[in-house]
Amino acid sequence: MATIGVLSLQGDFAKHEYVLKHLGVRVVKVRSKGDLEEVNGLVIPGGESTTIGKLLKRFDILEDLKERIEKGMPVFGTCAGMIILAKEIEGDNQPKLGILDITVARNAYGRQIESFEADIFSPFLGTKPIRAVFIRAPQVVRIGKDVEILASFEEKPVLIQQKNILSASFHPELTEDRRIHKYFLSLVGK
Amino acid sequence: MNEKTWSRRQKSTYREKVGLAEMLKGGVIMDVVTPEQARIAENAGAVSVMALERVPADIRTHGGVARMSDPKIIRDIQEAVSIPVMAKCRIGHFAEAQILQALGVDFIDESEVLTPADDRFHVNKHQFKVPFVCGCRDLGEALRRIGEGAAMIRTKGEAGTGDIIEAVRHMRNVMDGIKRLTSLPEEELMTEAKNLGAPYELVVEVARTGKLPVPNFSAGGIATPADAALMMQLGAEAVFVGSGIFKSDNPPKRARAIVEAVTYYNDPEKLAEISMDLGEPMSGISSAQLEENQLLAVRGW
Repeated sequence: MATIGVLSLQGDFAKHEYVLKHLGVRVVKVRSKGDLEEVNGLVIPGGESTTIGKLLKRFDILEDLKERIEKGMPVFGTCAGMIILAKEIEGDNQPKLGILDITVARNAYGRQIESFEADIFSPFLGTKPIRAVFIRAPQVVRIGKDVEILASFEEKPVLIQQKNILSASFHPELTEDRRIHKYFLSLVGK
Repeated sequence: MNEKTWSRRQKSTYREKVGLAEMLKGGVIMDVVTPEQARIAENAGAVSVMALERVPADIRTHGGVARMSDPKIIRDIQEAVSIPVMAKCRIGHFAEAQILQALGVDFIDESEVLTPADDRFHVNKHQFKVPFVCGCRDLGEALRRIGEGAAMIRTKGEAGTGDIIEAVRHMRNVMDGIKRLTSLPEEELMTEAKNLGAPYELVVEVARTGKLPVPNFSAGGIATPADAALMMQLGAEAVFVGSGIFKSDNPPKRARAIVEAVTYYNDPEKLAEISMDLGEPMSGISSAQLEENQLLAVRGW
């Protein structure tokens, strides 16, 4: 059985853990580079990207994690997770992995009162709409040619994949719809 | 497939208000009074800052009526940082809350630290687009605030003292109250709701799930990394630090240490390392020495 890590430095890691456990996989909290060794895939949750990035760097997890992902470990980043994976963050120089070929703008939809939910569609995940919860969400403002768009909202990519890297600017862990997590697990299974 | 493959935005849903609180879990929310302090907090790894005119320790010494901060201070702090910015309104002062919403703050703390504006009613938080956090001393108070629309609950503790005992008491009250509910047979829940002074539906929900329907944070008296770790081990999902950082000797170092302590709250060896050489903490006052009329936690109904 696959073991999925959830990066648990800060953020809504417990929500991801809950969803993954319900999908029947073994889940471990990742708080050190030692924890990384036992996982076959990793979720980087929502939260405050500046906080998570700083802790990754201070506790010396950043480089090892980057190497694992470059070697093919499947990773799924939501919201703050997308920012940490991104190659470039608009107007900012916070610690990041820098391996997903996009430029991302933080809080691009505005402050909390502009946070929203909407139905989006992804032909990759069937015909039923996905209820997407965007919370102070980032926006993909540039996308590399090797990055596939799985779903968009108002013409901006919101669910994307670059080989073993899956990323959403919204929060599938906050709804009951498990399709995106299942899709991630299928990448781990390969 | 249609040309248009998405629906319209639906804003300010309860899920998305509670969702922001979820994102703050495992983090530290720091009180700041200037843009410089806000930047120090952000650099240390705070998940959010609370924009204030005075920290609670200074509200105590200053005396008089404590009100919502000058919007100019809040605006300046919003411009200084990219992390969410919270601000406080007085209990029941919905006009202050409306102003804070107009400023675009990310969370409103309807706070006992300010002088209450209403001695019977809290703000109807369902009416607002912005999420609210409220303090509590026990489960009944927590559920009343959630019933009014709060998207996050925190212990009250005794703000501005640097003394952790009240926060511990309040967190234990809440956690014990939850445990008790999960052990009760269903027919006892209505009477229990009456005794708690809490909405019946929420009592039933807590009895079923064994947790509050919204994130449960801790505030009021946290001054050291060990205090933060203590509250996390008692069940807090994140912590607020008020006077504890900027009333200490070395705010940047202490701020950073408390951030790290909240992540590694269960790892005493790391905590030992984190707690080293931080300079003096805030000196503080023992909450047992406060007169009844100096207590902030008793405010709220």
